[in-house]
Amino acid sequence: MKATEEMQPTSYQSEIPDEWFTRKKIDIDAAEVVSRPSLSYWQDAWRRLKQNKMAMLGLAFLILLAVMATVGPIFSPYGVNVQNLPNQYQPPSQEHWFGTDNAGRDVFTRTWYGARISLFVGLVAALIDVTIGIIWGGISGYKGGRTDSIMMRIIEILYGIPSLLVTILLLVVLGPSLLTIIIALTITGWVGMARIVRGQVLQIKNYEHVLASKSFGAKSSRIIRRNLLPNTMGPIIVQMTLSVPTAIFAEAFLSFIGLGIQAPFASWGVMANDALGAITSGYWWTLFFPAFFISFTMFAFNVLGDGLQDGLDPKLRK
Amino acid sequence: MLRYILKRLLIMIVTLWIIITVTFVLMISIPGSPFNSEGSSNATVQANLEKHYNLNEPYHIQYLLYLKSIVTLDLGPSIKQPNQTVNDLLGRGFPISFELGIITVAVAIVSGITLGIIAALRHNGIIDYLAMGLAVLGISIPNFILATLLIQKIAVDWELLPVATWSSPAHMILPILALATGPMAIIARLTRSTMLEVLTQDYIKMARAKGLSPWKITIKHALRNALMPVVTIMGTLLASILTGTFVIEKIFAIPGMGKYFVESINQRDYPVIMGTTVFYSAFLIFMLFLVDIAYGILDPRIKVHKRGGE
Repeated sequence: MKATEEMQPTSYQSEIPDEWFTRKKIDIDAAEVVSRPSLSYWQDAWRRLKQNKMAMLGLAFLILLAVMATVGPIFSPYGVNVQNLPNQYQPPSQEHWFGTDNAGRDVFTRTWYGARISLFVGLVAALIDVTIGIIWGGISGYKGGRTDSIMMRIIEILYGIPSLLVTILLLVVLGPSLLTIIIALTITGWVGMARIVRGQVLQIKNYEHVLASKSFGAKSSRIIRRNLLPNTMGPIIVQMTLSVPTAIFAEAFLSFIGLGIQAPFASWGVMANDALGAITSGYWWTLFFPAFFISFTMFAFNVLGDGLQDGLDPKLRK
Repeated sequence: MLRYILKRLLIMIVTLWIIITVTFVLMISIPGSPFNSEGSSNATVQANLEKHYNLNEPYHIQYLLYLKSIVTLDLGPSIKQPNQTVNDLLGRGFPISFELGIITVAVAIVSGITLGIIAALRHNGIIDYLAMGLAVLGISIPNFILATLLIQKIAVDWELLPVATWSSPAHMILPILALATGPMAIIARLTRSTMLEVLTQDYIKMARAKGLSPWKITIKHALRNALMPVVTIMGTLLASILTGTFVIEKIFAIPGMGKYFVESINQRDYPVIMGTTVFYSAFLIFMLFLVDIAYGILDPRIKVHKRGGE
């Protein structure tokens, strides 16, 4: 108690001399200077995405994968389907970096061919989904009323259809090929995208800038293209990043149950299926490489999608 | 509420009808008769067979007969397995698949929600990062890959659990683990993000200010609201678990419906493929319907019956 009393000076303010203070000059022009560089929506999103280490890891992996899928087979002296039966089940070595499989085929070469198939199926299916989804959802949300309720009923009906079952059915009848897989995947795949676009459009179409466009006499198609779509890009891109791994999984799944890509193509699902018989014998590499690349590609797309979701969300803008 | 249920019911029936019709169109558009694949190309035998299966009727009659057979739940014979009907296969396989599916759903929900809550309560802590890392892994590794890895490591290398079949609880662990991990991860992530949102709400602060125990706040106030998004994705999860059973049963040699289904695909046994697709679709659509109704009942914010009078 005593100590605190002693420490409290009675003339506290007068102990600081006036010359310690300097008067700050007020610069009228400086008040108007923008202290931070102005960032567009996309620059800001990219800045925030860069801070997300997992998303950047995913992006780096995907770029690497795309490069290897394009040029990887060139590095290898082996063909994708060249069988060499005496050479079967060779462990990874100097000649075969990823070993050889049950028919003596080089797993390294086949892995990059598989990457081509997986990325192709994933990207094409996602692009088709986005295109149909944007058109359907955009019209449905913008028009509203009777058109909207009819279009939404159709979506509700399609939404109930178990997509993988229909896909299986289509593949059984149409015969497995790359084209049928993509058709089968997109036939129900666009529904989710259409729902998201519609929800966004419903919200944005009541904003003032849309009203302004309308009062200047802009046509519906122009309003959808110029006012509505750019503002829904964030959720669309996120949904797209997340629908690519779904398509990649579906392709691998279908190939795994014997309905997917057939020879002479190789896909990761086919490779995993071929390896199934060999895992109890200890030929781990035949399963490990396709399994690793399927999982890591899906992982990369998922973390990238998560990062984009945070980055593109205007609410999280700092 | 009743109006909403009726509307859902109507949509459900239309969806089913579309699936049935698509199935029928696909079935008749398969080139060739199902009977001329094997060497027994005796013309009279084939004509008799086609008559037996009504394949000589015009398409619209066939369609009506097909609709009738589905309504009366008689899905017809298997072509490749003599003296077996699709109903026989379903009757034998479905209970096992159902058991596998139900246990998987239960495991996924309980462990997913628990993991999500723990991660949310320890937000940005080590446990949170571990749980979410596990969740992203769980989403990324396809179930058939996980299954083969589990067999190789746990069953073959370490010999801890039996490899295949469905005869004892020990046999069930690996398939359920392989099947439940993905849905568990999705539920955990969703629970975590909604829990984080709910925990910042005013009514949670209020509950804290009243001096309620953290346990009571988490369970009674936060969790109930955080669970609603989990209910909405149940339909999608059920679908993925259901299709997941196909491969899991194939890999673990479980004599369930999925194994017959995949076999029938490989043997191009069309009636079995079509019959099981319709059966599975109907089952799944009915489940979606139940989920929708449950959502309407559980969420106090959604007044489903009011939307009927638009």
